[in-house]
Amino acid sequence: MSTHAEVLEHVEGAGTLTFVRVWIALLGLTGCEIFLAYEQVGVMLMLSILVALSIIKAALIIAYFMHLKFERFSLFVTLFPMLVFCILLMTIFFLGDAVRLPFMRPGI
Amino acid sequence: MSTQVTAAAASVWDGGRSPYAVNSKKFGMWLFIISDSLTFSALLFAYTYGRVSNPNWPTPFHFSPSIIFSSVMTFALLSSSLTMVMAVHSMNHGNRKAAGGWILATMAGGTLFVVLHLTEWLNLINNEHVTPAHNPWGVPLFGATFFGITGLHMTHVIIGIIYLGIICQAIFRGKFKAEDVEVSGLYWHFVDLVWMFVFPLVYLMSAKI
Repeated sequence: MSTHAEVLEHVEGAGTLTFVRVWIALLGLTGCEIFLAYEQVGVMLMLSILVALSIIKAALIIAYFMHLKFERFSLFVTLFPMLVFCILLMTIFFLGDAVRLPFMRPGI
Repeated sequence: MSTQVTAAAASVWDGGRSPYAVNSKKFGMWLFIISDSLTFSALLFAYTYGRVSNPNWPTPFHFSPSIIFSSVMTFALLSSSLTMVMAVHSMNHGNRKAAGGWILATMAGGTLFVVLHLTEWLNLINNEHVTPAHNPWGVPLFGATFFGITGLHMTHVIIGIIYLGIICQAIFRGKFKAEDVEVSGLYWHFVDLVWMFVFPLVYLMSAKI
């Protein structure tokens, strides 16, 4: 149960100015992504940069908008390592296969 | 400090206090968000698998209208996240009227997103002749994954608008507490967070250069 002191701690942890700054940063990163889409780069390089930018954006949203930065570390440790582990498993099993597949086609 | 640690450590084993210092509604929403993240992750991996492994993957998203529309949709959703966080902030300060107003602004952003998304879908169906099972480029997986991912996300947005509507009317009637607004905010930010991956992976990776 959250106490009044804890609620106040949340309020002081991130103010209106911080939220606006995060929003501007998110818009800026989105602008970078759109710019990148129209640059002639390889599929894997573009995918890597877009995913990296998206992870930064997700981290900003989770930390500031979803207040996780101001929660107890135990909550983060309980929730996120297994999510990251599952996503890494999917990356290892599926992405490597997807990259290899075009070179396995007949005539290539 | 040492007194607090001792008290917390003792109470955890006594079952008296939460080790996470969050209420059950908030913890439940976090668990839902983590499980839903895996659902979207699996769908996005399926899409990315098809995109990377298929050299003939279609790129139907022209700068106008598709990328412009999806960029405005991203702006609407990001801005609605800002208004949602302001609603939580106002509610934490006990300002119910302001919190209700910010939630209404959030719902407006979400509604704009859905309207633009449906317009984009209709453009794709009517002008590009893409359906979940067929498209002119002979890659049926494109339509299946595109409509699957964006459809599931749009469903989340629509549910979020309804959820916020329920919270908003209760706030104006003097019901619900700050923690209820915060829990609904968590859901709304998650919907925004998912779009931060859907937009680049689905739209930008298939943009017509």
